[in-house]
Amino acid sequence: MRRWRVLGALLLTACAHATDEPGSIGLVTKTETNPFFVKMKEGAERTAAAQVIPLLSGAGRSDGDNAGQVAAIENQVAAGARVILISPSDAKAIVPTITRLRKEGVLVIALDSPADPIDATDGFFGTDNYRAGELIGAYAKARLGTTSPQAVTIDLLPGHPTGAQRHNGFLKGLGVATNDRASNENAAPPEVVCSGDSVGDQAKAQTVMENCLQRAPQVNVVYAINEPSAAGAWNALVKAGREKDVFIVTVDGGCRGVADVAAGHFAATAQQYPVRMAELGVLAGVEYLRSGKKPSGFTDTGVALVAGTKLPGVESLTVEEGAARCWGTK
Amino acid sequence: MTLRRLAALGPLLALLLAVAFFATQSPRFLTLGNFSLVAQQVTVVGVLAIGQTLVILTAGIDLSCGMLMALGGVVMTLLAGQSGMHPALAILAGVGTTTVAGLINGLLVTRITLPPFIVTLGTMNIAFALTQLVSRSQTVTDLPPLMTALGNTVPLLGTRVAYGTLLLLALFALAWWLLRETAAGRHVYAVGNNREAARLAGINTNRVLLAVYTVAGALYGVASLLAVARTGVGDPQAGQTENLDTVTAVVLGGTSLFGGRGLILGSLVGALIVGVFRNGLTLMGVSSVYQILVTGVLVILAVATDQWSRRST
Repeated sequence: MRRWRVLGALLLTACAHATDEPGSIGLVTKTETNPFFVKMKEGAERTAAAQVIPLLSGAGRSDGDNAGQVAAIENQVAAGARVILISPSDAKAIVPTITRLRKEGVLVIALDSPADPIDATDGFFGTDNYRAGELIGAYAKARLGTTSPQAVTIDLLPGHPTGAQRHNGFLKGLGVATNDRASNENAAPPEVVCSGDSVGDQAKAQTVMENCLQRAPQVNVVYAINEPSAAGAWNALVKAGREKDVFIVTVDGGCRGVADVAAGHFAATAQQYPVRMAELGVLAGVEYLRSGKKPSGFTDTGVALVAGTKLPGVESLTVEEGAARCWGTK
Repeated sequence: MTLRRLAALGPLLALLLAVAFFATQSPRFLTLGNFSLVAQQVTVVGVLAIGQTLVILTAGIDLSCGMLMALGGVVMTLLAGQSGMHPALAILAGVGTTTVAGLINGLLVTRITLPPFIVTLGTMNIAFALTQLVSRSQTVTDLPPLMTALGNTVPLLGTRVAYGTLLLLALFALAWWLLRETAAGRHVYAVGNNREAARLAGINTNRVLLAVYTVAGALYGVASLLAVARTGVGDPQAGQTENLDTVTAVVLGGTSLFGGRGLILGSLVGALIVGVFRNGLTLMGVSSVYQILVTGVLVILAVATDQWSRRST
């Protein structure tokens, strides 16, 4: 009995102690291993260190691992986090967890991918994926000129918002029939001559492209969901001897991807800025911890076209400019 | 006996039916060039599946194969691409890494008598973490040509065939011969059929198991090289689905998950079935979701056929 009372007293002191602290910030990415999220984490760590706020970080095991993310959030809140920055693996499935935490006074900000509905979080800092698609689509249109597009699309996986927004945005920029930005379904107008899913994986994208070259040898432009997929498509084109008459556009703007643009493997990429997302997210969290002020709505962290060759009527960064800010590093 | 023969021919029949179906759907399907392409696409899973078949024949299962492949690939590309080691030595180091990992799997299964499912579940996670740590999750590029030579093609039978495809066929032929014609091969079946009976018959069952896991590890190393040759990079994100892809190939090929029954060439057929469906459905312009659906149905049919032929003998 006495032992329990001592334990209770200790717990009370611990709680009282915890409320004295401003609290910490928890960062939950989709995976620990994707270079995009590695950069995001580095950016968050740097900003948190500069603000002298403790940062906890966690991640799902793989893209789509909602349960892993939920566990990570819960552990962080248990460890004293009062702000959660999260890239939801599953935009809908994460909502019940973050709604519960917000009721307990935890500030939740989505980074990179929004929750569905978007106002399930206190704010969203990320890339406008539809816009990213539009930029590379417009570039492809300008490069094709009067030639009518015969596009291969290498997509993410069925029903994924990021994948659908980039795909549909690309078609919008290309000037062909497409779905609007709210759709989670990939549009399939006649100009798309072949499609397949890569799950963002280079080897799978290569297989998709090889098979698509069999189905649609008339292809003249390839859209790839991310740069590893674009690298797989490039491999397939080279092996088929088609790299001169087919060009690839993609999204990410990582340092390796920009180098591939410089080498002429990709015609253009839409660059996004994970480090900026992390910095803005941490700063918003710090402000909440110190003053209680909450952010709101969608903060576009920007997207820029990086192209090997500038085309008239399409604004783009050179590869040197793109390399200087790949993924938002200095 | 005839029923059992028929069941053994089932996978080949399924493959031929699929080929016939897709041939009617797309004029581009039934070309040598397209077949060469499908063969290239299944080389990695095919070689992994040889190792997986050996393990499953002993009534085990290997969940670590895909992650060991990724680890081997990252080790060999880092050594050759960044440390400047001679590519041949780097390849040996990569294959050596997966071989030692296979040996460790085998030691855990035989010495501490843990179930293979648990052992390889553990080593799968360890291999994944090690892969990320040694590569710092970065793709390894700028490889010497020797590392990607297996991806090159050679003119053969009126089309171009990748060296990797030839290596795949050679390894299957070798495995087939070893399992069929040598005492060691018969011992693998005996251990899978009934370990206790095999032991009483004088077979050193632990030595057989240890050899199987080690050889499987070495094959995963060869698969690493094939994957590197195919994509041209060392990819720390590779191997995520390959463990289940190989189980699919082995099961579609008619090898029993309970061990002791099956043909190694069936696993090649099983890998080809998956590759043919992926290729054929793409040529037809059908969404990849259907490919997943068809694979699921085929896996259940294959296991059902195994059960049915088992009951009727």
